[in-house]
Amino acid sequence: MKMDNRHVISVLVENQAGVLSRVSGLFSRRGYNIDSLSVGETADPKFSRITLVARGDEHILEQIEKQLNKLIDVIKVETLDPDSSVFRELALIKINAQTGARASITEIVDIFRAKIVDVSSSSLTVEITGDESKINAFIDLMRPYGIKELVRSGLTALARGPHALNENEEEV
Amino acid sequence: MKLTGAEIIVKCLIEQGVDTIFGYPGGAVLNIYDALSKYQKEIRHILTSHEQGAAHAADGYARATGKVGVCLATSGPGATNLVTGIATAYMDSVPMVAITGNVNLSLLGKDSFQEVDIAGITMPITKHNFIIRDVNELAPVFRRAFKIAQEGRPGPVLIDIPKDITAQIAEYVYHEPEQIIKSKNRVNNRDIQDALALLETCQRPLICAGGGANSYGAAEELLTFAETLQAPVTCTLMGLGAFPATHPLYTGMIGMHGTKTSNFAATQCDLLIAIGARFSNRVVSNAKRFAPEAQILHIDIDPAEINKNIRCQKAIIGDVTEVLQALNSKLAKSKRDEWLKQINDWKERFPLKYNQENGLKPHYVIEKIYELTGGDAIIATEVGQHQIWTAQFYKFTKPRTLISSGGLGTMGFGLGASIGAKLGNPDKLVINIAGDGSFRMNCIELATAVEYNLPIIIVILNNHALGMVRQWQDLFYDKRFAQSDLNRGTDFVKLAEAYGAIGFNLTRTEEVEDVLKKAIAANKTVVINCEIDRDEKVFPIVPPGEAIEDLITEEV
Repeated sequence: MKMDNRHVISVLVENQAGVLSRVSGLFSRRGYNIDSLSVGETADPKFSRITLVARGDEHILEQIEKQLNKLIDVIKVETLDPDSSVFRELALIKINAQTGARASITEIVDIFRAKIVDVSSSSLTVEITGDESKINAFIDLMRPYGIKELVRSGLTALARGPHALNENEEEV
Repeated sequence: MKLTGAEIIVKCLIEQGVDTIFGYPGGAVLNIYDALSKYQKEIRHILTSHEQGAAHAADGYARATGKVGVCLATSGPGATNLVTGIATAYMDSVPMVAITGNVNLSLLGKDSFQEVDIAGITMPITKHNFIIRDVNELAPVFRRAFKIAQEGRPGPVLIDIPKDITAQIAEYVYHEPEQIIKSKNRVNNRDIQDALALLETCQRPLICAGGGANSYGAAEELLTFAETLQAPVTCTLMGLGAFPATHPLYTGMIGMHGTKTSNFAATQCDLLIAIGARFSNRVVSNAKRFAPEAQILHIDIDPAEINKNIRCQKAIIGDVTEVLQALNSKLAKSKRDEWLKQINDWKERFPLKYNQENGLKPHYVIEKIYELTGGDAIIATEVGQHQIWTAQFYKFTKPRTLISSGGLGTMGFGLGASIGAKLGNPDKLVINIAGDGSFRMNCIELATAVEYNLPIIIVILNNHALGMVRQWQDLFYDKRFAQSDLNRGTDFVKLAEAYGAIGFNLTRTEEVEDVLKKAIAANKTVVINCEIDRDEKVFPIVPPGEAIEDLITEEV
């Protein structure tokens, strides 16, 4: 995926009240641009993992990493290389779906390996997972039908291979 | 042993070696004050006039002693009154622990009386902060807070404690305070080798020492380093005292109000060695034209300072003292005639000077203070023209002798800070050099100085104006003096007397020495009101946005 000055940063933090506020506050205060942020508990409930998508040149990225590392609740920061990482996002899309349009929508849903999770007399709700470009492409195809509501989870990511972002890994 | 939360707090402070704290009581900290009164033999509590004064006093105490400063305030307005003091400490990397009370746990988040989210408010101005939600967390959090405040780059930590926690009972066991490891980064041998290669090949080095070099250990190593390298040394405002101003290699302060020699040297040097300095905009001015011919070697404990404001060719991360030790052990003595000749030539041609005519000169008063104290005093300042004149005309020769708000530029800082500095150094003469504007902001702390019999001398350089604002309006706003006139007729001598301090008026040059001697001999809180000209200016000055070599030295 082409990232043009966008960086996916994975941050391992203490699972504590206020930690999200510290991280997001740091971004707004220092004027770093942030595209998305997703957060959840890790396998060990003492820790959470935040995945951030931020914009900026290499100097800004260097500062973002260093400033994040200064936060006491931050355990580890890693910028993920797009070529050796899996990036995923989930979107839920509620589409206008009058009787005549349903078949063609279902066809596209199948091509994208998305899922219809709710049906009503005038709408369909689709769940789709993938990298950003796949989701963007799907959304574009749904626009002509009329999108009633759209929600995206923000990017989440892991490095490929056995390497893990671990709290007890030795600092280099 | 089983103790109340409040007692655990006090026990933890004693455990950490705290003997003095600054604060102001209120509803949410009643239990803590009750416990403090039980342990008053171990911990002295200084009651200030305002929580802001307590925060500045804790800050001044920490700056002057190197120990952690502690302040205590109640919830709501008590807590918010600490904010300026905490931000001041944060910007200048001062180790501090601020303790605030809050409403009961069950009332948190309900807009209760005197409730404020002080942890949220202070998030951007503390290294870290805590809200205690369980009495069993108290002791571990206090221990951690003291550690965080001191290790790496120091800074303030806030602990917010709901009132009911201070009444609950928990087990307390004494813990020996953890050894503070200043830098987690071991000095990297390869970095040292690379730096040595730069140091050995440079022709025109300049050392720029900042606040990170302003401790006794670092200053000692810095002296050896500069003499071995035969490099001229400049200091930032925060670095003053890290290198003796009386030393032949010293070039004076750098930056917006730096000497011509320092600013020229920075512009022409081929290697700039920044030690515990962060290239603030008050030093660098126009970043594109800063040190254009130099490679930059940046030594700092905080990795985030590397390449933040100025990009460097080589960085060494670590405790400044350790890094300099490592460099000193391998550095060969240099000879550097040509560059030092150039430096000395500038120093001779462009000394700091002032027009000695037309009445009492602030520079003269400061020179006399230096002369009479031999540079042995601790000098606090407020913020403004008087602060820069002090930085320029008092020769700081020892670390931790200038207590000044460099980063935040907090007017009203000096009096509280000098109270803290004096309590931490009872044997030293402490002088607060102030302007009339700054002094007025927090002069209520005179009551504190008098109450605790603190012989602090407050020298007000009174120009009946906000001098620095007026100067900018004069130079850059076509003499439109909007709201900078402070000619309010306040009689500072009477004010001093009303608080129980001694007051002197000083209007003539001939009286300066005599009045200063009287003030020192009085051994009491003294206010000296020095009447100076309102159009007195700070020179040199680098106009905003210009390169630091383009300084204005006199009015055109």
